[in-house]
Amino acid sequence: MNVLLDYLPQFRDGFLGTLAITGASAVIALVLGVVIAGFRVSPIPPLRAFGTAWVALLRNTPLTLLFLVATFVVPELLFRGASPFVLAMLALGCYTSSFVCEAVRSGISTVPVGQAEAARSLGMTFGQTLRMIVLPQATRTVLQPLSSIFIALTKNSAIAGAFSVTELFGVAKLLSDKGYAIALIFLWVALAYLIITFAISGVFRLLERRMAVVR
Amino acid sequence: MSEVSVTKNDEGPAPTGDPLVVLDNVNKHFGALHVLQDIDLTIHRGEVVVVIGPSGSGKSTLCRTINRLETVDSGGITIDGKPLPQEGRELARLRADVGMVFQSFNLFAHKTVLENVMLGQLKVRRKDRASAAKRARELLDRVGVGTQADKYPAQLSGGQQQRVAIARALAMDPKVMLFDEPTSALDPEMINEVLDVMQQLARDGMTMVVVTHEMGFARSAANRVVFMADGRIVEEAEPNQFFTNPRSDRAKDFLSKILHH
Repeated sequence: MNVLLDYLPQFRDGFLGTLAITGASAVIALVLGVVIAGFRVSPIPPLRAFGTAWVALLRNTPLTLLFLVATFVVPELLFRGASPFVLAMLALGCYTSSFVCEAVRSGISTVPVGQAEAARSLGMTFGQTLRMIVLPQATRTVLQPLSSIFIALTKNSAIAGAFSVTELFGVAKLLSDKGYAIALIFLWVALAYLIITFAISGVFRLLERRMAVVR
Repeated sequence: MSEVSVTKNDEGPAPTGDPLVVLDNVNKHFGALHVLQDIDLTIHRGEVVVVIGPSGSGKSTLCRTINRLETVDSGGITIDGKPLPQEGRELARLRADVGMVFQSFNLFAHKTVLENVMLGQLKVRRKDRASAAKRARELLDRVGVGTQADKYPAQLSGGQQQRVAIARALAMDPKVMLFDEPTSALDPEMINEVLDVMQQLARDGMTMVVVTHEMGFARSAANRVVFMADGRIVEEAEPNQFFTNPRSDRAKDFLSKILHH
């Protein structure tokens, strides 16, 4: 029983680590996901092809494999000397961006095509139409799948623990390696994950209620 | 002078302006369907052209090709001497000069009525907020929905929404206005309030292309009626002549179906 109290600082660090990696990756995933979704519906063929390739590649690759690439290949080519946190953030963010992109794209297709036609007929460019007319109206529909995606991201962040990032799952592994009963350790770990995931669902439920578009 | 020439249309503003919209041998297919066949049509500045015809005759498609919401397979379209460019900034600039009113209104659902009429002025014409708002309120008053400015489109009746849509298009100070069946989605009692606004526009000298089933409007407001069937322009005439003495059998048949029941 003592393990839970004796290692409280480690658990706290793990909790904050999970929170940090999840938050940072979520921001990357959201920004990239929306941009790539814009690419996928763009009138410019090379952008569409890039978007399609991005989603096909990242969505269909096992996350652990992406972590291996991010940890061992990426530093050789691009970010020499990047910290494990940054690399993990890249892997998780890019991976999740492919799911965000598809959720956003599904939202875009729920906006009646006449909305975009009206915007274009006013002389708005594709970018303006997407930004000011289509995406704001797609947001409401996108919120529901987005909350699931971010909850999955929270749990996926556990893989970062195996790649030298301090986070909950890594702490659990450390303590179980020291010989403590694993069931007990997982009590704190599970609780910490629940705090994060419930917070995500709560925030999204709030957003959904506030962003209704009357039609 | 021929003896039949004394009609109201001869007294009205004759289409004497220079060519504003020119369609030259335009063809378009939807798959195997040849929706526009060798369309030649010139709309002069200040002219009101009403396009009528049975459903599926291609009249809506014709209207939508003019601001390139539909692309064409062959043939040329010019607006004020400029050929329609490919999708991009230049096309966007050209579209800003071509107002469009849709059958289903297509007001921006997440913006208020006032914002709907301001948006194009702000983001396309780059006007400042104050003058855009002033112009928007002016236009909303002109189409009779000034008191609804702060409501959302869904809170308005169909007739009010369509009048807002007209105001939104007018806010861009367009050279020509396209109306794609503007009253077809309206309840009967709301059709006239929209037609009245369009009549006023026509009297003010706006160049208009109107696809409609409202024969009364065609008779009273049009300088010219274009009758389409099966993707072709079958007949063009001034309204009085078209409605009293159509030349083609196709037009006679169409008019007999819609005028006698």
